[in-house]
Amino acid sequence: MASTNHRPLLIRLLFSVIVMFGFGFALVPLYDVFCEITGINGKTRNEVAGIERAVPDKQRTITVQFLARPDKGMPWVFEPEVTRLEVHPGQISLVHYQAQNPTGSAMVAQAVPSVSPGTAALYFNKMECFCFNQQRLDGGAALAMPLQFYVDPALPADIELITLAYTLYDVTQRDPIQPVTQTE
Amino acid sequence: MSIVTSGHHADEHHHSAPPAGFKRWLYTTNHKDIGTMYLLFALAMFFIGGAMAMVIRAELFQPGLQLVDPNFFNQMTTVHGLIMVFGAVMPAFTGLANWLIPMMIGAPDMALPRMNNWSFWILPFAFSILLMSLFMEGGGPAFGWTFYAPLSTTYSNDSTALFVFSVHIMGISSIMGAINVIVTIFNMRAPGMKWMKMPLFVWTWLITAFLLIAVMPVLAGVVTMVLTDKYFGTSFFDAAGGGDPVLFQHIFWFFGHPEVYIMILPAFGIISSIVPTFARKPLFGYASMVYATSSIALLSFLVWAHHMFTTGMPVFAELFFMYCTMLIAVPTGVKVFNWVATMWRGAMTFEIPMMFAIAFIVLFTIGGFSGLMLAITPADFQYHDTYFVVAHFHYVLVTGAVFSIIAAAYYWLPKWTGYMYNETLARWHFWCSLISVNVLFFPMHFVGLAGMPRRIPDYALQFADFNALISIGGFAFGLSQLLFLLVVYKCVQGGEKASAQVWEGAEGLEWQLSSPPPYHSFTTPPEVK
Repeated sequence: MASTNHRPLLIRLLFSVIVMFGFGFALVPLYDVFCEITGINGKTRNEVAGIERAVPDKQRTITVQFLARPDKGMPWVFEPEVTRLEVHPGQISLVHYQAQNPTGSAMVAQAVPSVSPGTAALYFNKMECFCFNQQRLDGGAALAMPLQFYVDPALPADIELITLAYTLYDVTQRDPIQPVTQTE
Repeated sequence: MSIVTSGHHADEHHHSAPPAGFKRWLYTTNHKDIGTMYLLFALAMFFIGGAMAMVIRAELFQPGLQLVDPNFFNQMTTVHGLIMVFGAVMPAFTGLANWLIPMMIGAPDMALPRMNNWSFWILPFAFSILLMSLFMEGGGPAFGWTFYAPLSTTYSNDSTALFVFSVHIMGISSIMGAINVIVTIFNMRAPGMKWMKMPLFVWTWLITAFLLIAVMPVLAGVVTMVLTDKYFGTSFFDAAGGGDPVLFQHIFWFFGHPEVYIMILPAFGIISSIVPTFARKPLFGYASMVYATSSIALLSFLVWAHHMFTTGMPVFAELFFMYCTMLIAVPTGVKVFNWVATMWRGAMTFEIPMMFAIAFIVLFTIGGFSGLMLAITPADFQYHDTYFVVAHFHYVLVTGAVFSIIAAAYYWLPKWTGYMYNETLARWHFWCSLISVNVLFFPMHFVGLAGMPRRIPDYALQFADFNALISIGGFAFGLSQLLFLLVVYKCVQGGEKASAQVWEGAEGLEWQLSSPPPYHSFTTPPEVK
């Protein structure tokens, strides 16, 4: 009894504790990958979509709604030029969002998109988006920010309405103000 | 009988008597001392957390804002939850594990006695830090015990740092306690104590300890992320920097759901010890109890998102988590069935531990049923964040976990102290608790179904009558627990001498030791037939 050596079991248990602590942090990238693959959570891909699937399907019409919201405490004016658009799947559309910095100093903002219903996010292809980059505006300046997109023709048949919501965050404090980022 | 004397012999030549005074408790590595300290600590925390519940119920006695301002009300709900979960229920179970596991498996002590000392003595510091944060400028944590981001990151004050450190310390304490339990059970069972001969309290604690090792580090991870998001510019849960606040809920509930089973599995072990004693029949379905406990533990890792049905998950995920959650009702039902079958045609007597155990079975089952209602995704959209949820988890945690701890205290108190408790006072304690706890929590179902939100210091006028009734039940339940304090105090002081077996139907190694057991027991392992 007294001669039983506890050390091997103790080491294995301590190792499990460390592994599980690491697993907690591993959940962060796992979650991102999982959401990107399945498209749940309404996260759209943060990269330029190719044009190869942009074959218009004139048989179907999808309604796309555009929402915009500055984060709490974010002073910018931020709104879409059109709030509602009827599109055919595969048809490339270009819309603009208006942004204006009413303060006296330069600020940097980052827009984060969210698509509802979440499963539509996989089929919402953005060829150009102001959300791909941070946006810098001098005090008092305004900007029409472009969004070029098409809805993938493979969109499940039960989805007729897609809502695209942007939240605009103030990231001036987060990153030092860099030279104007290109939005091409 | 021979076991008891052999313990005494070893005592004489091997160990000196414990040092007197405070140093005995500070330096002790004895599982009985540490178990006692854990239990007393949990009792103290139960009253501190209970006092906070009394503040909550006093404020909610009438609609409108009377006694405390909303920010303080939020601190009370937050710290009440944290103290009851991490300060009362978990240390009480660890205390019971310390006292009972070595005696039940015929071991002289816990496997890692010095670590045992540490895992207790860091706890008072953790809770001092948490309680002191209430006196900071701006008050203590007010974001709910679930500390959802961004409430705990963007919208919290600097007491969050103290909150995070205290949770870290509580987590380290639980992990050390769990490691100790596992090593003790694996390495120190008496010869002949095979796996499927272990008492169910030992089994359920072994499974609980594995759950603790699996999820407490995840809790440590998520509080660390909250800390770095708040103070070091990371964006785990901040959408502006590419993070996601919903991710917080996923990580938290990946810890949080196994955590609720950590708080109930040892209770199953306690009830499975008490019911056979007073029914004077062996436990019905021992093996199925072990398998049911294991499957509950495994399923607990697959159901976390049922706390998050309203976060906008896709339908297939909601269905997956709904069905997995309902599946847990099967092993839980097996357990309830086994307890009832154990009592069936038994020669039952109704001593206080048995009364609490029967109350546990009935009331925990009510809590289980409201849990099933909450598991139904479309219904949960109605019930989410209402008092129905409060009613549900108080039925499983107060009339579940806490009642089982009280039952355990009454059951083993004569063994620990050597004296019988005062039967009359104990009966008063039982009946006052039973009635008041139902006056307290049952009407919460109704106000919850009618739409009263939780964690709000004010409410619509139509809920006034029920809330007054709930508050009266709350005060009565709080006061009833003072009777328990009195019973324990008197029992420690003296009373009718308890025999070694204490209860006529009690079986197990701990009942072969004298009451109270010698300071060092089973220094020579007993023979297990």
